[in-house]
Amino acid sequence: MSLVSRTSLCSDELKGLAKKRRHLWLRARMVQIIRNFFAERDYLEIETPQLIPAPPPEPHIEAIAADGGYLHTSPELYMKRVLAAGYPKIFQIAKCFRSGERGNLHLPEFTLLEWYRSQIGYKTLMEECESLILHVSDGLGKNRAIHYQGRFISLDTPWDRVTVEESFDRFAPISLERALENGRFDEIMAQEIEPNLGLERPVLLCDYPACLASLARLKARDPGYAERFEVYIGGLELANGFSELTDPLEQISRFERDRQVRQAKGKPVYPMPEKFLVALQHMPEAAGIALGLDRLAMLFINTNVIDDVVPFPPEEL
Amino acid sequence: MENRLYNASDLRKGLKIQIDNEPYAITEFQFSKPGKGQSLYRCRLKNMITGMTMDRTYRSGDTFEPAVMEERRTQFLYSQENEYCFMDTETYEQSFLTAEQVGDAKNFLIDNLEIDILFFDNQAIGITLPNFVDMRVTKADPWAKGDSVAGDSKPITVETGYTLRVPPFIQENDRITIDTRTGEYVTRVKD
Repeated sequence: MSLVSRTSLCSDELKGLAKKRRHLWLRARMVQIIRNFFAERDYLEIETPQLIPAPPPEPHIEAIAADGGYLHTSPELYMKRVLAAGYPKIFQIAKCFRSGERGNLHLPEFTLLEWYRSQIGYKTLMEECESLILHVSDGLGKNRAIHYQGRFISLDTPWDRVTVEESFDRFAPISLERALENGRFDEIMAQEIEPNLGLERPVLLCDYPACLASLARLKARDPGYAERFEVYIGGLELANGFSELTDPLEQISRFERDRQVRQAKGKPVYPMPEKFLVALQHMPEAAGIALGLDRLAMLFINTNVIDDVVPFPPEEL
Repeated sequence: MENRLYNASDLRKGLKIQIDNEPYAITEFQFSKPGKGQSLYRCRLKNMITGMTMDRTYRSGDTFEPAVMEERRTQFLYSQENEYCFMDTETYEQSFLTAEQVGDAKNFLIDNLEIDILFFDNQAIGITLPNFVDMRVTKADPWAKGDSVAGDSKPITVETGYTLRVPPFIQENDRITIDTRTGEYVTRVKD
């Protein structure tokens, strides 16, 4: 490369980073406010390993292989092992890695905030999530009505609770049941439903069908649905939480099913996370949630491109 | 010819793929992934023969054959109604493009111009213009010194009938270089 084009590359980088100054300051303040929120509530901040032998066998999340193991796709399994050892309130802010995820809302290396609390279910967790985001908004001086992509969104609580089934009835051309039968759930969720969620006030989308329970507990009185929810503001999917499944046998059978799906699709099948499954026997009733910090920053910065909230998008390394 | 298939994760704006044996260019691309769901690759695709566009959503596991294009050097012979005729400079074989396929390139097609034509499956489907072409100015108002109302530029016409704005010193019969990507004036050519 000639010296001239190197110089212009360098000045592009300077300009790009200079333009993000306000965004990066806001993001840093946001992280500080989040840490204060959890400190005030007696949560312990934890750092778990990023290089691990066995990521969760999620059917659609691809881990990056590294040095005989994998970079973690979320700290979930290790956070729960800490929870099982008798730490009732823990949180973590962690860089996570997912291969092939790149778009306006996705970075292959991104930041998750996860927190877990024993002796609560997903409904209490939804309230805590409301409190956290309000706390961030207040801390940033945003006045409970945020301006995002041309709309004013009121953060006043309680936020709307909408079941997945209701969201299909309201926004989708076919019912939830039909969408699952035809394998069109993801497509309809992404294209018809998500863009409509949380445009005037945040939406807590809850009660996922049991086949999409992931690591969530099923509803005791309605086992066709799981105690899982996602948080949407301004059409942005911000967080995924649930009442944790604490039954090791049920968890093993779900993992086995997920691994079969991976195998059938020709994807790498990760080792069974056995120590997690052992720990699950001791895990108390609990609820936990993973929130995308990059996307939360997008919301408060008012941008629809995730590149705006990080200094270096992956193409510019 | 053996070609590596593309996976859904290879899809991106500008990529050219085959669908039902026709070449398509991806003109818009969006990655999405709801919740813990599968990756979705939304594409707006333009048929490179008909110009028609369509939207498609693909998933991981989907594969695509690359649309292999070939460029051949031709000479522009003539245009007639909706048809543009080009001749291969090696084989003298003639091929035709519609006005739609030629698009804005018509502004830069002068008789006997040597130009690359894009072929898919032995069928001409479009023009690859050089980034810069030189053309003669056929109509320009004289430059009156002190006549500053028009600001820094004035409109002129070149031999294809294309009009553009140029600096006031350009005169009739001058040759100028035009950037075909923007359609804008670049410089005056010294004859």
